[in-house]
Amino acid sequence: MLINKRLILAHFWLAFAGFGLALLLGEWQMFIRSPLHAWIGNPELYYRSVTAHGSAMAYVFPTLVAMGFGYAITEAALKRPMIGPRWAWLGFALVAIGTVVAMVPVALGHASVLYTFYPPMIGSPFYYIGVVIVVIGSWIWVALMSVNLYAWKRDNPGQPVPLAMFSNVAGSYLWAWTAVGAAIELIFLILPAALGFTTTIDAGLSRVFFSWTLHAIVYFWLFPTYIAYYTIVPRAIGGRLYSDAMGRLAFILFLIVSMPIGVHHLFMDPEVGSGFKFMHSVFTAFVALPTLLTVFTICASVEIAARLRGGKGALGWITALPWRNPIMLATAFSFIMLGFGGAGGLINMSYQLDSTIHNTQWITGHFHLIFGGAIVIMYFAIAYDLWPHLTGRALASFGLMRLQLATWFVGMMVLTFPWHWVGILGMPRRMAFYDYTDPALAAQAASVIASVIGGAILVISGALFIIVLIRGQLAPRVDAGPYRFSVAVHEPRRVPAALNGFPLWLALMIGLTVVNYGFPIANLAALSNTAVPIVPVGTGR
Amino acid sequence: MTGDPPPSSPHDPGAEHALRIERRWASVAVLIVIFLIVMAAVAGVHQATMPQLKLELVDPRTLHVSGEFIESNLGTAVEPDGSVTVRAIGQQYSFVPQCIVVPTDTVVHFRATSGDVVHGFLIDGTNLNTMLIPGFISTATARFSTPIESHMPCHEYCGVGHEGMWGKVKVIDKAAFEKLAADRRRLTCVD
Repeated sequence: MLINKRLILAHFWLAFAGFGLALLLGEWQMFIRSPLHAWIGNPELYYRSVTAHGSAMAYVFPTLVAMGFGYAITEAALKRPMIGPRWAWLGFALVAIGTVVAMVPVALGHASVLYTFYPPMIGSPFYYIGVVIVVIGSWIWVALMSVNLYAWKRDNPGQPVPLAMFSNVAGSYLWAWTAVGAAIELIFLILPAALGFTTTIDAGLSRVFFSWTLHAIVYFWLFPTYIAYYTIVPRAIGGRLYSDAMGRLAFILFLIVSMPIGVHHLFMDPEVGSGFKFMHSVFTAFVALPTLLTVFTICASVEIAARLRGGKGALGWITALPWRNPIMLATAFSFIMLGFGGAGGLINMSYQLDSTIHNTQWITGHFHLIFGGAIVIMYFAIAYDLWPHLTGRALASFGLMRLQLATWFVGMMVLTFPWHWVGILGMPRRMAFYDYTDPALAAQAASVIASVIGGAILVISGALFIIVLIRGQLAPRVDAGPYRFSVAVHEPRRVPAALNGFPLWLALMIGLTVVNYGFPIANLAALSNTAVPIVPVGTGR
Repeated sequence: MTGDPPPSSPHDPGAEHALRIERRWASVAVLIVIFLIVMAAVAGVHQATMPQLKLELVDPRTLHVSGEFIESNLGTAVEPDGSVTVRAIGQQYSFVPQCIVVPTDTVVHFRATSGDVVHGFLIDGTNLNTMLIPGFISTATARFSTPIESHMPCHEYCGVGHEGMWGKVKVIDKAAFEKLAADRRRLTCVD
């Protein structure tokens, strides 16, 4: 039962429009710095583009997908109209306005500081204000998810919260808390400097606050994908979810261990001591746990579907899977990319291995494979699955969908594998130009060209995606029926209170963050002489 | 897209069996994670590739007028215990010194900081990799076994000239280095 279809569609369309534009920028960047293009002349254009690409892909696109999907889950899983659609429209408007406020100064070259901000460089205040407005808009969504969950629980005492809604609300809480790190950095450190109230900033402290957001935001991006694994995939391929409880456990684990690990982004930084670096390294290893549990549960669920379709043998059942079903295909591609990307992540997790590849192109390759690959391909699957229910029109171009998913997978592999490789060779990230005539760099040229080709394949795939969605909006009307989520093999009749609510887990989430971040932050904040002069960035400033 | 198969009742032998398999897998997953943590800890202790222990502050506004990062003190210095110390600064858009020279088979202590924004410090072909954050001193220790000549790019975005910020590191034979060091207090390979 989807009532607020226009609301959800608006979120998805704005998300995918921003994604399409940012995708073009990304490929342009790949090309500009490759051996196929000469010196750009004005390198500032390149960094401007990197800022826009990163801000759109990290702050706007996944946030809107999570919000739109969250509203759809609220109505479809709780089977009743959502509370607060007007507030939801306000949240959407804030995200849209914030995006414009942030992107105008970026486009004008007044805020080429990259989406990671990098103080003491300071750009136009409007860029940071825009990002804050986007975050405030998303916090309205967080509040709405909470309100809807608790209203439903009040009306259905003792009933298990549907897994889709449970995980959706977990994702919203994760985002609410992880955004706090960057919000503190923006509001208390960067904006006073950008607005001219102060001329110095504590660069080390800013980085610690940002790291609080920078890693867990990845799990916020990942939540819609994991929700799709658990609650869409088994149903879409005609199977059942192996375990409802394991799903709850995985989402709870993400909630509590994705924040106190962000310092692994600061392994090579001088402002955090070695003890807390080790602590965060250990917790980063723990965050692999919910993913390992998910891999098991989803593979088991997929096997159930295969055996119901007559699949036989220890591995022979794989051939019995509905491979022509786009959701099946997307899930398989996503798992392969998650496997490679996850292995890379385990390398980044240890200080010793990270010291070889920190801030090289390996890192860019890593998060494009995980986010752009494993996560975003499931955003496509979510859109394909929801579209007929949102538009009331058939989404019939299955061949085109398969082609789109396959090109996205191939493009992402061709883009990111050479990217990892040149990182190992020592190529630093984010440079507008590399001198490939230098004998030490010449060996990297072929790999960089391969990445440009991978990027071009991704642009084609992105265009196909938009075409499929537009064709879906123009197709004949059909009744798609009620939107349903996967059913577990053993549907929960009663769920222990701990697996049906959040108070305990929120306390643990906040507690662990305070334990792992409290000392590094207090230690730096207590130092009186760490503020350094700001360095203004931007043309004409 | 497809209908669900009929549900089975809870608490049947199948549910118990499923739970057992699930627990077994969860235990395997926990063991994998513990193995990774132990491996990282052991590698850290035995290979001595460890993050810097001490937090050291420095004021970027006075780098050039006082303290260890004044210009005449930058470069490679020979210590009484036979090790060498390299002091360097990253600034928009170059390193000082632009070319660092160090001997083979010698303990090399790097001490570096930034004069303005955040920079990166990476010696290609090695795992020497650190951030230069204004306000803090980054330290690292290394030992080079063979003579090499490596690029030392800034690996963190530091402004519009970032792509041009490449230094150089020359590791030269220990005897040759000692000859050079005989008549100079601080060494660089800047031409």
